[in-house]
Amino acid sequence: MLAKRIIPCLDIKDGQTVKGTNFVNLRQAGDPVELGRAYSEQGADELVYLDITASHEGRKTFTDLVKRVAAHISIPFTVGGGINELSDVDRLLNAGADKVSINSSAIRRPQLVDEIARHFGSQVCVVAIDARQTETGWKCYLNGGRIETDRYLMDWAKEVNDRGAGEILFTSMNHDGVKTGYANEALAQLAEQLTIPVIASGGAGRMEHFRDAFTLGKADAALAASVFHFGEIGIPELKQYLCSQGINVRL
Amino acid sequence: MKIAIVKYNAGNIYSVDHALKRLGAEAIVTADKEVLMAADKVIFPGVGEAGTTMNHLRENHLDEVIKNLKQPVLGICLGMQLMCRHSEEGDAQCLDIFHTDVKLFRPTRHEDKVPHMGWNTLTNTRSELFRGFDKEEFVYFVHSFYVPLNEFTAAQTDYVLPYSSALHKDNFYATQFHPEKSGAVGERILKNFLEL
Repeated sequence: MLAKRIIPCLDIKDGQTVKGTNFVNLRQAGDPVELGRAYSEQGADELVYLDITASHEGRKTFTDLVKRVAAHISIPFTVGGGINELSDVDRLLNAGADKVSINSSAIRRPQLVDEIARHFGSQVCVVAIDARQTETGWKCYLNGGRIETDRYLMDWAKEVNDRGAGEILFTSMNHDGVKTGYANEALAQLAEQLTIPVIASGGAGRMEHFRDAFTLGKADAALAASVFHFGEIGIPELKQYLCSQGINVRL
Repeated sequence: MKIAIVKYNAGNIYSVDHALKRLGAEAIVTADKEVLMAADKVIFPGVGEAGTTMNHLRENHLDEVIKNLKQPVLGICLGMQLMCRHSEEGDAQCLDIFHTDVKLFRPTRHEDKVPHMGWNTLTNTRSELFRGFDKEEFVYFVHSFYVPLNEFTAAQTDYVLPYSSALHKDNFYATQFHPEKSGAVGERILKNFLEL
């Protein structure tokens, strides 16, 4: 049976891991390759490396980091941040990434999803969506949650599904960093409406939150950062717990 | 030991090279017929589209080279599918090392998504590739097409239906999953192959 996946996310700035709370106040959390290897050895199923550096030099540093990760880590990894065109995807896949995650650039130019799927295959293309629950519904945001758009989560998710995305990485901005659990209702709705896997992101604080993302939220994978980086939840304990709760995980 | 990785127009070739380096083995990535034929072990990896890739192999006369190799050969993912007779992907005539066809997953339940992506278990393992396995191990898959169970099945996995996650015939071995992305279990499988 296909296992539910646990995915630590590493935010990278100038070659170092950082993690913000509600997308601000960055704190340092270690060397990205060492941290990734430690997670891999503890049983992480995939890794996500998100480049939050905007500068040109930062992008080169990140590509070098991707090469080091590919050389040292034996599980699949996704990279995101600053991917605007096919040449960016080509550069990162060539550096050894298994998948790329696009976010703002897809909202600005949705054809990018079609192009990535056609050139490299759907399995390479993860579309990340940052959304906030408002009075009118779940609204999508750009640039790490700084700019509101006129798009709604469900419509946008279905559109990128049809355009050839391989996975959706949905971050609830209401839940991110506050550690009270994932946005399970919205996740379940995504799982029911889409034909591609959904990765839950934003809100993990306790082990039960992961269970709920899989059972109530019907997610295929759950992503978290700070609970892993600061040792609040260990991946081996988390997987044992999920197994005891009847969830199929890789042990 | 000389290990050659077949170089062709498919993705993911260097991941295998990295994985071998982690095991302390050096490989050469090449499309040179002489180098491939003289190697002790040949790995035929790849991620891509079957029809396009077969055309590329034929144009470069790599199809005949691969079919006629006598040393242990390991096909991975698309490599395994191309070692079969025919693929529904691009209606491609393939190498016909394994006399069996490659089909598209056609799930009937909403939960079964295509591609089959993630970690799944190997059962009924019967090949030297899985030497030392004492339980059902998880390995990493990414694929939309599959090889049905057949006389060459060396491991099976259940997704949509039970299908072949590994094949073996004479000196030819193949895995649908990616040992190079399957953590310690994958490293064990690659090591077993290198020790054949």
